[in-house]
Amino acid sequence: MRKLHRATLLCVAAAVSLTACAAGSGERADQSGPAAAPGKDDTFSLTVWSNYSGREQDEVTKALESFKQEFPHAEIKHEGSQDDDKITAGIRGGNPPDVALSFTTDNIGQFCSSGSFQDLKPYIARDNVDLGQITDAVRAYTEYKGNRCAMPMLSDVYGLYYNKDMLAEAGITAPPKTTAELLDFAKRTTKRAADGSIEVAGFLPSMPYYANNPQIWAPHFGAKWEDAQGKSGLASPEWAEMLRFQKELVDFYGYDALERFRAGLGQQYSTDHAFHQRKIAMMIDGEYRTAFLQDQAPDVRFATAPFPTSKPELHGTAFTAGTIMGIPKGAKNPGAAWELIKHLSFDTTAIVDLANGIKNIPSTKAALTDPRLEVDENFKTFIDLATSDKLQGNPVTPIGDAHIKAISDFATSWQAGKVPDLMAGLEEVDQQIDDRVAKSGK
Amino acid sequence: MTATLERVDVARTAPAKGRSRARARHRLTVLALMAPATLGFALFFGYPLVATIGFSFTKYDLINAPEWVGWENYAYMFSDKLFRTAVYNTLWFVVVLTAARVVFALGVASVIARLKSGVGLVRTLCYLPSLAPPVAATLVFFLVMRPNEGPLDAFLGWFGVDGPLWFADPVWAKPGIAAVVLWVSGDLMIIILAAILDVPQEQYEAAELDGAGPVRRWWHVTLPTISPVLVFGVVNSIILALQLFTQAVVAGSAASGSADVTGSTKVLGFPENSTLTFPMWLYTQGFRYFDMGYAAAMATVLFVISFAATALLVQRMRRASHQEER
Repeated sequence: MRKLHRATLLCVAAAVSLTACAAGSGERADQSGPAAAPGKDDTFSLTVWSNYSGREQDEVTKALESFKQEFPHAEIKHEGSQDDDKITAGIRGGNPPDVALSFTTDNIGQFCSSGSFQDLKPYIARDNVDLGQITDAVRAYTEYKGNRCAMPMLSDVYGLYYNKDMLAEAGITAPPKTTAELLDFAKRTTKRAADGSIEVAGFLPSMPYYANNPQIWAPHFGAKWEDAQGKSGLASPEWAEMLRFQKELVDFYGYDALERFRAGLGQQYSTDHAFHQRKIAMMIDGEYRTAFLQDQAPDVRFATAPFPTSKPELHGTAFTAGTIMGIPKGAKNPGAAWELIKHLSFDTTAIVDLANGIKNIPSTKAALTDPRLEVDENFKTFIDLATSDKLQGNPVTPIGDAHIKAISDFATSWQAGKVPDLMAGLEEVDQQIDDRVAKSGK
Repeated sequence: MTATLERVDVARTAPAKGRSRARARHRLTVLALMAPATLGFALFFGYPLVATIGFSFTKYDLINAPEWVGWENYAYMFSDKLFRTAVYNTLWFVVVLTAARVVFALGVASVIARLKSGVGLVRTLCYLPSLAPPVAATLVFFLVMRPNEGPLDAFLGWFGVDGPLWFADPVWAKPGIAAVVLWVSGDLMIIILAAILDVPQEQYEAAELDGAGPVRRWWHVTLPTISPVLVFGVVNSIILALQLFTQAVVAGSAASGSADVTGSTKVLGFPENSTLTFPMWLYTQGFRYFDMGYAAAMATVLFVISFAATALLVQRMRRASHQEER
């Protein structure tokens, strides 16, 4: 009897705990209609959370302040260094910001499907906003299964960087256009010491490393994340070709020699970056690197070009991702928050000023062609890629970046020579991803 | 008969009532004094524990109300490849770190206890690293052990030895992290040193009279006397290894060249998931993949294992200590 009492007590305690927690987490966001926009002369304040810091945070604050041209009595509090964990904690605690800026484009599926970010469609419909102003690829990575819960704030586009002196020294006069050329040029620009160790690597194929991430590489090989049935589609000839390309280059260096070389290289966003230190001749990276190079390694003579592709018809393809903005569930002033998001998403002057300030790519077609945009020869490569119809966005799933980690882990094992059957291995990765998506139930 | 019984009852009831009232008062006082601690325990341990177990049977994305899914999260552990990897890595740390940390701290404490001069300085020097924040300590080791560039590689080079890649090598990454944790074990060393210095001097003198040398004295006098402290050291090291997180994240991120990239889970466990610990994978599930139900199931498993291991160990050690006393 006493045991029964104890069991009952435990069950009651568990039920109370769960109920309490569930109450804390609240119900699914149910947006029946858009919140009213503030009047032009209204006084209101908005809190904005972003993960920017230092100089970039100052530039974003300037862009936010430009909102006052439309609403002179608005007060905007911009808090930097706020990552997605803090945004989620804010929503759960009932104290979210009015506008949340996230660097983690991979989380858009979760933000939209869970209701963390409110649906923006009612606002878009009410204000007759033309989403066609935003490039297709950028539009794709800011929504999930038709649920538009975020808007873009600038974007990153990836291309090839090459050291002009190193290529010229190897007798190369133009950047590679195909992956076959990239392989050849990488071998020709590689330098080894007398003991066989690598002094300069023509091109690093290691994955994941620096910007060598599967989602950034995949478009250049025509590799898709999903098959026709909407399942994970990595067991495809295109993914296999990408991985074989990497392995061929790894074998050229020798896996152990390459790992030893890589282990001594500097961090991605430090002045010790291998490209800054002239330890690699070519690499894939985003447009932001032009600013880093000008600032941290002004002596490095570099140029940019579209990243080489496996097939000529893919030339001009590029990957894009960027900062996303949304109105978190429970935001106190969603009407005004939408006005701010709209301002940062579509006001050409604000976008151009911010793009010039932090050297990112504007996300609207008008801003991309605006004469005020500061475009030098190297930055122009990325502007051209951004306006191309071959631009491809970040893969959107409800499982964060679990799918990217799965294929990255596989690429690492493959390069290390630990995968006996490439296609069987890729099928296993597909299964892992499908299982996780199925488990999410979204 | 009845009257007699009633008389007896009355006679017995008066002082009994007084006693039970006093007992009740005493109980109330005890309860009142224990209330703050009990409340704290219930709020900060009992409630989260029960809630975690409850969440482990749900699908929960942190935002919407949890949905009951039964044993699904527990079943998923069997198909989650990285769950097994994380379990293996954490068990490696439990075994290696526990043994190494206790032996290391005991060794250093034993040496310090025998020093004749400079005790204060040596003790301070050995304790000092434990004050370093885990992130800073790990970065220092990363820089010292950095292949091609670090001073350790240069030092080994003088002897013609090609050092390993340490944090960039799946074989050497775990030993590298273990070295960081050992370096900051000064707190355990101080506790063991205090226990050694507390061993009654007469016991050593008696053993010496019986002809015991330094090694036998250490083995038969020091070790049995400080065994309760060693049990604490073992339990403390097991818990520390089971919770290993910061050092593994920092070492993996730095070695992968992305120490300054916030929120990246793609390089967690670098290289080749060799540093992916159980708490890291648990955190990733909950806060990166938004699968708090599965994370709660993992936390429950971790709790059950640590509780069982600690209870078993304490019981065994106590039994061994009682046998020694007999």
